Amino acid sequence: MVQVLVVAELLDRALRKTTLSAITFARQLNESKGGVFDVLVIGEGAEAVAHLATRYGARKVFWAEIPGGYVAERYAPTVAQLVQSQGHNVVVATASTYGKDLLPRVAARFGAGVASDIAGFSVESDGSIVYRRPMYAGNIYGYCTIDTPIHVVSVRQTEFEAAAEVGSESPIEAVEVIQDEVARRVEYVSLEAQKRERPELAEAEIVVSGGRALKSAENFKRLLEPLADVLGAAIGASRAACDAGYAPNDLQVGQTGKVVAPKLYIAIGISGAIQHLAGMKGSKVIVAINTNKDAPIAAVADYFLVADLFKAVPELTEELKRLKSAQA
Amino acid sequence: MKILVPIKRVADPNNANKMKVSPDGKRVVSGDLPWAINPFDEYALEAGLRLLENGATGERFGELVIVTLGPEDVQTTMRQALAMGADRGIHIPIDEEKLDAMIVAQALAAVVRLEAPDLVLMGKQAVDGDSNNVGQMLAEFLGWPMATFAMSIALEGKQIVVGREVDTGVLTLRIELPAVVTVDLRIVLSKSVRNGKTPESHAYPDDVRHISVKGIMAAKKKPIATKTLEELGVQPNLSVRYLRFEVPPARSGSTRYVESVSELVRLLHTEAKVI
Repeated sequence: MVQVLVVAELLDRALRKTTLSAITFARQLNESKGGVFDVLVIGEGAEAVAHLATRYGARKVFWAEIPGGYVAERYAPTVAQLVQSQGHNVVVATASTYGKDLLPRVAARFGAGVASDIAGFSVESDGSIVYRRPMYAGNIYGYCTIDTPIHVVSVRQTEFEAAAEVGSESPIEAVEVIQDEVARRVEYVSLEAQKRERPELAEAEIVVSGGRALKSAENFKRLLEPLADVLGAAIGASRAACDAGYAPNDLQVGQTGKVVAPKLYIAIGISGAIQHLAGMKGSKVIVAINTNKDAPIAAVADYFLVADLFKAVPELTEELKRLKSAQA
Repeated sequence: MKILVPIKRVADPNNANKMKVSPDGKRVVSGDLPWAINPFDEYALEAGLRLLENGATGERFGELVIVTLGPEDVQTTMRQALAMGADRGIHIPIDEEKLDAMIVAQALAAVVRLEAPDLVLMGKQAVDGDSNNVGQMLAEFLGWPMATFAMSIALEGKQIVVGREVDTGVLTLRIELPAVVTVDLRIVLSKSVRNGKTPESHAYPDDVRHISVKGIMAAKKKPIATKTLEELGVQPNLSVRYLRFEVPPARSGSTRYVESVSELVRLLHTEAKVI
């Protein structure tokens, strides 16, 4: 039997979709080992968001109102206190920058081992949980167990599909906010968010991604946006393209950027550095458009169009428009 | 000002696809890949040096100490960090396979208590384990504030203003020192670090500094002290244990080269059925 606590992530006073992957993990673990899961909604506007989290089958949805922007030092004590008072033995969040920042700090409060960014798990015949983690930029899977009484786990969003709603409604309950001296030494200043009309990178069905071969920010925009528009795709970028200023940093796909696994990934002018492949090789179908047919991206590409992107991308956009209008 | 930069060595990250698993599946084998400073730790070291100097004149205003856990030969990697400009090193001898995030964070916390730095500056993750845990745990053990995934740091007296690279944009925190900061790659861009000493007009290259011959010579004479886990009062009990490793299955199928845009569209539509 396991009692799981899912730490929800809030975005603009709503439940961020990442939360639903952590809920899927909790449900899968309950199926394998029995037990229940709770959800903790913590942050500004928590009570209202807690109501949005009641339709996923949790035993209880706890909420803790902490006004102001997210600061780990202000959240961690309350999460840790809830875990200890309720006797949760697995604490999970999705491995977004939020989950990665917060969970290890929570774990350290009660000395728990952390398995971060897991891609899967299994329950052995002796009941122990074995977590599978991508390591070495996704070139190795490590299978690990956690030997502390409480397990802290972050899950890779692309490996746990978003949980669907269920019929029943979970009760909600307020929890006491615990203060820690250290929080006085951190002041939240601002969040400069990039507002976009497009789907979120990690959640998009199709990703159109550009590399250094696009040569400028202007080209990046001029060539990729119309293509993404016709496909309803999210736009991604290689590290080289971000570093060169062609695309904003939060579009970076890779080992240390975002991990994506869409049904279609189109890599345009991306050579395929190891750290980039780590972020996209789980995609269902990968297309490369590149002048160099021996570029490392070929190792993961299903279809490789050897062509000058400046000619091929506008042509591709036009061809897809024709196809879409024929379908309509 | 005193800055502590933990440094981990990793097998050449540019060849991570050459990592193998031992026949019994118990170990990851790097073969003859050379060791390198974990890239994010190298970025932390560069950021630390920028915080402590006038970039235009080269004048230094404080001490930068590195600390590394690893076997005897890890000192070769430590010498590289000393050659880049760190002042001295602390080596905690232990086989890397006997470590996990908790043990490393406890050992670093013990070193921090001895050294009392104003700032611990480290990589956001090591690119071998890809775990991203140690900085956060260290901050909690010390009861210090933290800023993870830093893409900019400005030193303002006893405070730092840190831009954190998060999923939805840049989150800025103002933090009272001492603190733990973990860095992301863009901390090494030209204008990412401001210390009030380097003139605003000074432009660093968008990268870590090169190691000079003079730096290598100087590094030979820089002290490396040794402290065991026992001396630091840390029990080497693993809380996360790896049972086995595996090379993930390769993507099935081979690469199909196509000649034209229309052929590509046809294949995506009729064969792959993704559009």
